[in-house]
Amino acid sequence: MTVIQKKPDNPIAHLSAADIEIIGKELDAIRNRVLAERGEADARYIRTVIKTQRTLEVGSRAVLLFSLFPPAWVVGTLGLSIAKILENMEIGHNILHGQYDFMRDPKIHSTTWEWDHVSPADQWKHSHNELHHRYTNVLGKDNDLGYGIMRVDEDQRWHPMHLGQPLWNFVNACFFEYGIAAYDLELGRNLQKGRHRDPAFRARVRAVGRKIRRQVLKDYVIHPLLSGPSFLTTLAATFTANLIRNLWSHSVIMCGHFPQGVETFEKTSIEGETRGEWYLRQMLGSANISGSRLLHIMTGNLSFQIEHHLFPDLPSKRYQEIAPQVRALFDRYGLKYTTGPLPKQVASAWWKVIRLSLPNRRSTQSADGVPARSLAPTGV
Amino acid sequence: MTTTVPRSPARTSVRDRLLRLAATVTTPLLPEDYLDLIAPLRAGAALRGRVLAVDPETRDAATLTIQPGRDWRGHTPGQYVRLGVDVDGVRQWRAYSLTSAPGRPDGRIRVTVKAIPDGKVSNHLVRRLRPGTIIHLDQAQGDFVLPDPAPARVLFLTAGSGITPVMGMLRAGAHTRSDVVVVHSAPTADDVVFGAELRALAAQGAIRLLERHTDTDGMLGVDELAGLVPDHLERQTWACGPMGMLDAAERHWSAAGVAQRLHTERFRPTVISPGEGGTVTFTRTGLTVAADGATPILDAGEAAGALMPSGCRMGICYGCVVPLRQGAVRDLRNGELTTAVPGDGVLIQTCVSAAAGTCDIEL
Repeated sequence: MTVIQKKPDNPIAHLSAADIEIIGKELDAIRNRVLAERGEADARYIRTVIKTQRTLEVGSRAVLLFSLFPPAWVVGTLGLSIAKILENMEIGHNILHGQYDFMRDPKIHSTTWEWDHVSPADQWKHSHNELHHRYTNVLGKDNDLGYGIMRVDEDQRWHPMHLGQPLWNFVNACFFEYGIAAYDLELGRNLQKGRHRDPAFRARVRAVGRKIRRQVLKDYVIHPLLSGPSFLTTLAATFTANLIRNLWSHSVIMCGHFPQGVETFEKTSIEGETRGEWYLRQMLGSANISGSRLLHIMTGNLSFQIEHHLFPDLPSKRYQEIAPQVRALFDRYGLKYTTGPLPKQVASAWWKVIRLSLPNRRSTQSADGVPARSLAPTGV
Repeated sequence: MTTTVPRSPARTSVRDRLLRLAATVTTPLLPEDYLDLIAPLRAGAALRGRVLAVDPETRDAATLTIQPGRDWRGHTPGQYVRLGVDVDGVRQWRAYSLTSAPGRPDGRIRVTVKAIPDGKVSNHLVRRLRPGTIIHLDQAQGDFVLPDPAPARVLFLTAGSGITPVMGMLRAGAHTRSDVVVVHSAPTADDVVFGAELRALAAQGAIRLLERHTDTDGMLGVDELAGLVPDHLERQTWACGPMGMLDAAERHWSAAGVAQRLHTERFRPTVISPGEGGTVTFTRTGLTVAADGATPILDAGEAAGALMPSGCRMGICYGCVVPLRQGAVRDLRNGELTTAVPGDGVLIQTCVSAAAGTCDIEL
């Protein structure tokens, strides 16, 4: 991955401005076809997933009341882990994207939903929906590129701090929800710039504090207390479930934009960006995970990251349906549809984190000599 | 909006404390989110009802028997209830007159729905709704009711599904307290909703029934009323039916100087007729702005100085979503039209929606 315009083999060099706009029109057509069909089946699907998740969560927590018995601990922890993954990925993430706003059900709506996560929904929606999805993979604009603590692109400047990034990444994976909360607060930047007295920032910090307090109280105090003699084992179970959920979601999300083959973009390249160019950036800036139906559900269909980034507000189940059409479009226009099985993509993302903890080797730098080619109409 | 019956303070605190405790375990959800899965009709829940039966009345009308939730406060004959029903996965709210007499021991209520051409909700209710479905309810509303004490002489002037609130009153025994004349219009004898029941009442002498079958006899003109019901202007009159009929009746009673004796019910008070562009009113601030059909409401509002939530400005982040109280908007990406009347609870993305008629935005 490197800034697309500097690569010696620019993957969009063969596309004219008109091609890009036609790609945009074709993608709009795919979107409109889904919108025309969207309805009862999607509503039934999300309600079924929600009901399943709630039943699984209550059942697992009930089993964990007897977590002193090892089989109960194993079953309860596994169930709770799956429930928490479903809640964050297929339910929370997608509802907060507005994928089910069309239902006009105030109980299942992006403006009212709150999730099992320490970052409050409104703060996450701002940093994720508004910033990451709009500025996907634009260096200096999309903080998802390394979450502000890592170097995941050759064009991000190396700093000795990056030597430790394999370790930061592992710690971040274990406590991913806290990492996201800090990220949504832009904690590093706000503290660096001395904004800790800014009332708006303080209010957001307090909101995160309240959310953390409620989450911790539930998982690490009330539920263990209700377990009586199983206090310690339930505590260990909820901690393990949160750990599994964090490791899982971190892995899935790393696969979305970090693996080999995903492109990044310069800030200047999005000035005056057209809809077609925005679509193209999403196409090249995301990577899918191939796998079974169960894998897709457990990733919240983020295994169709490309389709999700093209149409973040379509019901997630639809991504699988449109993926062949999207892929055909990639093929027709000679674009690379990045995908691979989960272990391969996770390894690829980790390898990048490890590799880029060291400064660039000379060979990568030499690409700088190639004249910049912009996605923006001025350069096309 | 639903409100709950006030409870005694002692019970409130115990119940609230329990709920608060339960909420510490269910956070970020509420205990009710879990209870709703097993007991959607329980006391304290958002008001819902379970459809028990859908019985055809005519070729295009059906009666729904509904078991309302525990917090249903009952109704007065002639009132309507708003139903929230999911059609093609989208929650739609419509008002229908209650046709059952109040106070049944089993607590069940009935509404009668006539499918109107292209009526998304009415056709769904009449033809596709299955018993067992959970629907959403509001408490009964409306002042199309008989006063207490009842007037000595009453005229019900109805057409089509306009008979439904009147049937509610008759089933509650309106004819036992007043001298009742019913003048009802429908295309044919078979199209008269509750035709058999009305004719039976007339045969018993409980009411005087005048049916007008408009397919053969044409529309009833208000000037014909003098011949049919000579004392109609002296009677307290309740009229329910299409707009044209009600407008004509209002003119007729006003001209006679007895407008106070006419009570009307308009089923569809707000008619949204979409166009290109329109006046956008931000209801909380009172700010009004004229917006054309190509400008996002977000841009139009901001240009006029409204403080509006915003985000990506390209329709992907849902950071600009606000309630459209009433009116029509068009999605600038694909031309899709969204309309709303008060109570629909429609939320729109202002960054990709242009006014398609007069709009009230709750901001």
